[in-house]
Amino acid sequence: MIATIFRRALYSLPIALAVSLFCFLLVHIAPGDPINAILPPDAPADVVAQVKEAYGLDKPLPVQFGIWLFRVLHGDLGRSLATGRDIWPDLHSALANTLVLAAAAAMIGFPLGTMFGSIAGAFRGSWIDRAAVVLAVAGVSVPHYWLGMVMVVIFSVLLNWLPSMGASPDGSGVWALDWGHLSHIVLPAITLSVIPMGIVTRTLRGIVGDILNQDFITTLRGKGLRRGGLIAHVVKNAAPQALAVMGLQLGYLMGGSILVETVFAWPGTGLLLNNAIFQRDIPVLQATILVLSMFFVGLNLAVDLAQALLDPRMRR
Amino acid sequence: MSNLVHVRDLTVKFVSRDRTVHAVNGVDFDLDQGEVLCILGESGSGKSVTLRALMRLNPPTRTVMTGTLNVGGQDIITASDREIESIRGRSVAMVFQEPMTALDPVFTIGQQIRETVIRHEGVSKADAHKRALELLDLVQIPSAERRLAAYPHELSGGLRQRAMIAIALSCRPKLLLADEPTTALDATVQIQILLLLRRLQRELGMGVIFVTHDLGVAGEIADRIAVMYAGRFVEEGAVREVMRHAKHPYTQGLLGATVHEGMRGKRLTTIIGSPPNLANLPTGCAFAPRCPSADAACLEAVPGLDGAFGAHRARCIHQPAEAMA
Amino acid sequence: MSTTRPEGYWSGVFKRLKRDKLTLICSGILLLMLIVMIAAPLIAPHSPYQGSMIRRLKPIGFPGYPLGTDELGRDMIARLIYGGRLSWTLGISPVVIAFTIGGMLGIIAGYAGGWLGMLIMRVTDIFYAFPSVLLAVAISGALGAGIFNAVLALTLVFIPPIIRVAESVTTSVRVLDYVESARASGAGAFTIVRVHVLPNVLGPIFVYATNLISVSMILASGLSFLGLGTKPPEPEWGLMLNTLRTAIYNQPLIAMLPGVCIFITSICFNMVSDGLRSAMDVRN
Repeated sequence: MIATIFRRALYSLPIALAVSLFCFLLVHIAPGDPINAILPPDAPADVVAQVKEAYGLDKPLPVQFGIWLFRVLHGDLGRSLATGRDIWPDLHSALANTLVLAAAAAMIGFPLGTMFGSIAGAFRGSWIDRAAVVLAVAGVSVPHYWLGMVMVVIFSVLLNWLPSMGASPDGSGVWALDWGHLSHIVLPAITLSVIPMGIVTRTLRGIVGDILNQDFITTLRGKGLRRGGLIAHVVKNAAPQALAVMGLQLGYLMGGSILVETVFAWPGTGLLLNNAIFQRDIPVLQATILVLSMFFVGLNLAVDLAQALLDPRMRR
Repeated sequence: MSNLVHVRDLTVKFVSRDRTVHAVNGVDFDLDQGEVLCILGESGSGKSVTLRALMRLNPPTRTVMTGTLNVGGQDIITASDREIESIRGRSVAMVFQEPMTALDPVFTIGQQIRETVIRHEGVSKADAHKRALELLDLVQIPSAERRLAAYPHELSGGLRQRAMIAIALSCRPKLLLADEPTTALDATVQIQILLLLRRLQRELGMGVIFVTHDLGVAGEIADRIAVMYAGRFVEEGAVREVMRHAKHPYTQGLLGATVHEGMRGKRLTTIIGSPPNLANLPTGCAFAPRCPSADAACLEAVPGLDGAFGAHRARCIHQPAEAMA
Repeated sequence: MSTTRPEGYWSGVFKRLKRDKLTLICSGILLLMLIVMIAAPLIAPHSPYQGSMIRRLKPIGFPGYPLGTDELGRDMIARLIYGGRLSWTLGISPVVIAFTIGGMLGIIAGYAGGWLGMLIMRVTDIFYAFPSVLLAVAISGALGAGIFNAVLALTLVFIPPIIRVAESVTTSVRVLDYVESARASGAGAFTIVRVHVLPNVLGPIFVYATNLISVSMILASGLSFLGLGTKPPEPEWGLMLNTLRTAIYNQPLIAMLPGVCIFITSICFNMVSDGLRSAMDVRN
């Protein structure tokens, strides 16, 4: 088992390296001189020279990548063009907010999707099945930024039940567990949960349907097992795949929340990215993408390991 | 009514919106304690469906059964789901064709044996474990303790099928149903499994119904043979009788298409054509379209089985002279 | 994945499609939208650009403007119809380009295998390390706003999954007996791919690509919503949603309209893709 963990971790190293290379290159695919992407246009000449020196911008690309990677590994993600401040502290609190939002959306979307999907898979062809399929298609087809606006119109504008903007009553970016904060998270979390709910429903319907069609289900029925005993077998067989889908969806929630965060002005990485795009603040864009995608790489690894742990056929 | 299995005029239909498949169309037989019956037939002849009907294991929503079906004195057709569930795995158990897919891949062999024992006998986990060890011993799986902790994919095909048999035997059933249990195995392993099944059958005194398409396997293990075609028994009798003096042209065709003793120097023959569509059965003898000696009379009505119950009898109005001996 | 094509395969597919009411209805809706968009200059009652400060944000049913007007007083019907042209182009063209490029690369990777296939697949793996929205935002964010950049970013998002599907389908076809025997009888690689591989793999890749259109529509409009796609005053559904956000307090219904269009398009493409897939699945 330890060997498995080690080997899988080793596999994701080159991926992580390639991902950082991609993020590094973002500065270079931006139009114009990379220096303009890193420094404000009105920077004095000596600062330009100093930064060029520090980033090795006069050296060949591979060397630049090495220098950049060295800095990143030492926790230096650079400075924001717009504010001139270190990126990391801002990114850190934004990341925490995005994580809270993604977790809340997962807590809504995953159980509902699991429930609808399992029931639909167990009763293929029934009206419940057809309803779940429609629900799943609607869930993955809805433009969630629009759904967010619909929610705001209904629950904030018309009913005036819930706040439509921000993460907290006092406007600070810090999140806490009380009603004031909870009321702010309800609408964005529900909005964000719709896509993973659709995908989990669709996937679990497939998984459960497939398992129930397998030969061993007949064997189990032939052994006299009742419904409860059968469910235990279905759950254990479905768990590895279900978990994999949910793990990836959690990653998509983190990386995909940009649109919903923009609609609800949620102070997370998405809003940070949106502002960075608006202000053409490439270093912030680069740092945010890097951290989010590294998180995704790590999540992929964790899903892989969890699958190996749950499915004896994958332990090798 | 003292028979272990008592079947009269059993029919099984699969009904769906588009069509109805007549899988079993009037089957009669009895099986005594300690007797081995082999049901022989091609795929689609209804032999597996007959076998599964004995445990009501066909898909519950689409299956319609009629006739009389008694197993161990219990009426299978009218029993409640609860009653059926307590018969399955306890007094009637089944061994399946492909142990790789018939065993749950994410549960250990031990877990899959224990859950059956605990389900039916309500014993503690430790006792169930002890029983599992004895069972692996019984089916001759070496290093039992280690094998109980193994997952199905970690065992060889032969060991997997032995484990499958151990699960089936875990509550000492009176009736063992075997659905082509050797078909998926290598030839050498096939023989080992057959020998094991025969020995266990004698030691435990079980009734066994064995479904196969392989005449050689049937001859090896059966007391009686029933040849099935298009959902009916077309010939039945003691194994030697049927093998040596086949009455029905279909049985003769099967014998002619199989390599066995006494075939040296003779031509192998084949049965031309393919089995009938069970959604749309012809009137009259279902084998007539493929039969070398069929005539207009064959198409008028389904021939009855001639001869007394339990004797060697066949469902053919012509009963041609034995084509081979 | 089906890889054998019995006689009359396509006629079977059409027969199954004809029975699938939902798929037919959705294709009908899409076709209708397409016709309206093509005939936009004939149908649209007003110019999509010409606004007026006096008739800003008129409600639905306002005389002469059945769907009201937007925040600059422009006719909503005209803007929705012309917006559809852009939204569809932005949503569909990345999938078409990715289908061509990704399909080619995937077939090469699956058929050639070896170091070339390995290289293609490993590069593909890297793109899988990004959530798709993030990848699209990263690329178009770095390149800057604009239609071309948005299409480029989305194309890059969709190439890797299409490569994976194409590669796995091609690999499964390559080992089929008749392909092996064609190779054994000395047919050239190009001939084998053209005669034996392409007809068998294009179907599944195509169905998969149609499935991506729905996601692509949402993402493309999403990029515009973030200000990364089209720029004002061009009408585009995502961008219209964004600029109409200021109107959700006084004309919420009008502010929702562009999203309804995206939703309908996306759900119809999804349904049609699902219908196609089950119609082409031989197992049913």
